[in-house]
Amino acid sequence: MYTQALNTAETGDRGLEDAGKAAQFQARIDAEERIEPNDWMPAAYRKTLTRQISQHAHSEIVGMLPEGNWITRAPTLRRKAALLAKVQDECGHGLYLYAAAETLGSSREELVDAMLAGKAKYSSIFNYPTLTWADIGTIGWLVDGAAIMNQIPLCRCSYGPYARAMIRVCKEESFHQRQGYEIMVTLCRGSDEQKAMAQDALNRWWWPVLMMFGPPDATSQHSDTSAKWKIKRFSNDELRQKFVDATVPQAQYLGLTIPDPGMTQDADGHWRYSEIDWTEFKQVLAGNGPCNRDRMAARRKAHEEGAWVREAAAAYAAKRVRRQTAQAAE
Amino acid sequence: MAVANIQVAETPLVLYALRRADDALILGHRLSEWCGHAPMLEEDMALSNIALDLIGQAREVYSYAAKVEGKDNDEDKLAYLRDVRQYRNLLLVEQPNGDFAQTLVRQFFYAAFADIYWRAMMKSRDATLAAIAAKSEKESAYHLRHASEWIIRLGDGTDESHARAQEAINHLWAFTGEMFAVDDGERALIDAGIVVDPGTLRGRWLTTISDVIGEAKLVLPQNDWMQQGGRAGRHSEHLGHLLSELQSMQRTFPGLTW
Repeated sequence: MYTQALNTAETGDRGLEDAGKAAQFQARIDAEERIEPNDWMPAAYRKTLTRQISQHAHSEIVGMLPEGNWITRAPTLRRKAALLAKVQDECGHGLYLYAAAETLGSSREELVDAMLAGKAKYSSIFNYPTLTWADIGTIGWLVDGAAIMNQIPLCRCSYGPYARAMIRVCKEESFHQRQGYEIMVTLCRGSDEQKAMAQDALNRWWWPVLMMFGPPDATSQHSDTSAKWKIKRFSNDELRQKFVDATVPQAQYLGLTIPDPGMTQDADGHWRYSEIDWTEFKQVLAGNGPCNRDRMAARRKAHEEGAWVREAAAAYAAKRVRRQTAQAAE
Repeated sequence: MAVANIQVAETPLVLYALRRADDALILGHRLSEWCGHAPMLEEDMALSNIALDLIGQAREVYSYAAKVEGKDNDEDKLAYLRDVRQYRNLLLVEQPNGDFAQTLVRQFFYAAFADIYWRAMMKSRDATLAAIAAKSEKESAYHLRHASEWIIRLGDGTDESHARAQEAINHLWAFTGEMFAVDDGERALIDAGIVVDPGTLRGRWLTTISDVIGEAKLVLPQNDWMQQGGRAGRHSEHLGHLLSELQSMQRTFPGLTW
């Protein structure tokens, strides 16, 4: 579903790498050329991208859980099919992104193990619970909406496999976002109870969604390198502002109130939001969100309980190879 | 909060459609429970995909049942507002997912039947059922291939996977007989060329599954006692729990548009 602007600590070039190659590499990036898997790249570029793409992949996979929580309870068969298809899409994004990360030299197994060991992060938004059906609409509308805002610039990311993955992912996310908004429209045109459900969901998700764009620029120390490498083209605050400006009219159309009484519109049309509670963000990142433990437990359980299945598939594949080799030798 | 169950006038054709739609919905629902929890991402995708096919089949057949009944029921009322005693699915499809072997053996038994069944149903004199069958047959062929490949991998994989697959076969075998049973109402539809007699397909089904189970180095149970009752609404205890989850929104918030 989404990568979060988790600041990544790059190890700077240490002068061990060929300075000429580095200059050439940067010149290609400056010329908006795509870097491909077999091209030379600085170790720090490889490391930054591996971390970012794998975090993005983990987010897609963990992101299946809060929405998956409603597949068996969707209110109509049409909604059930749409939600199941959507969560299946997220899984596809995860697979696609793991494949993109693998082009940088780490295997899916290594990356997944790091996540299950708690060493790799996923988007903190998925550490919030889905309590009502309106949360499914709100996630599509806001969480996918924020993801699109972040990911559209990534379609022009300097690393080819990631950029191409993002083009496909953005198309599907855009469909998910419309689907989520359509759920909200239906709720807001429904009974008082449904409208209250929609407002309650917006109240709970609004601030966590704004946090998805990452810490404010003033405290963000690592964007310079990512910008130089054309991995990140807009700052956290720029993207957050774009998202807020796009979302306010959508909320107004729904007749819902954004839970920020201090919000005002500037003369230049921008909606200025109140101070974000970064303490909450840090707490959730530190593992103290409402669902961190549940999410990790669910992923670990699936992984552990599936171990015998993966072992069986590997054992059978090995047997087949042996039999084919033996047959060929006859 | 009580919301009254709908009443359905179960003429033989309506009852027939409900049975097939309930099979597809309940099995699709069961498979959807795996989404996000499967042994590997490829299976999260595959099981969701199969679930989507089955839910799609259910929707078409429910809509047809509602049309044939000619009252104001629709796919959602039929799915969400009938209680456990009104559900007509096979006992096989409501069995819990268990481990991956149980899910795949259940899927294998059903898909091996559905594949042959829908292909035969393409010749139905009922144009709607023939069209549904043509679409479902294509999907079932893929479902059968997916399940068969897994039965072979599990049976011929490790000692543990072999034991689990055999245990699943032994456990689920008694629910397979119901797929081939026919009552008087359905017999009349068979005689009219509207539906296929599933009893005539049992031999081919047995050949299909025996081939795969043999290749998987597994065995079919000797026990031929078969549990029945699902078609008449006498279910296992599992279905009520499934329905309480599936129907919770419609039961809690009756009559709203979602």
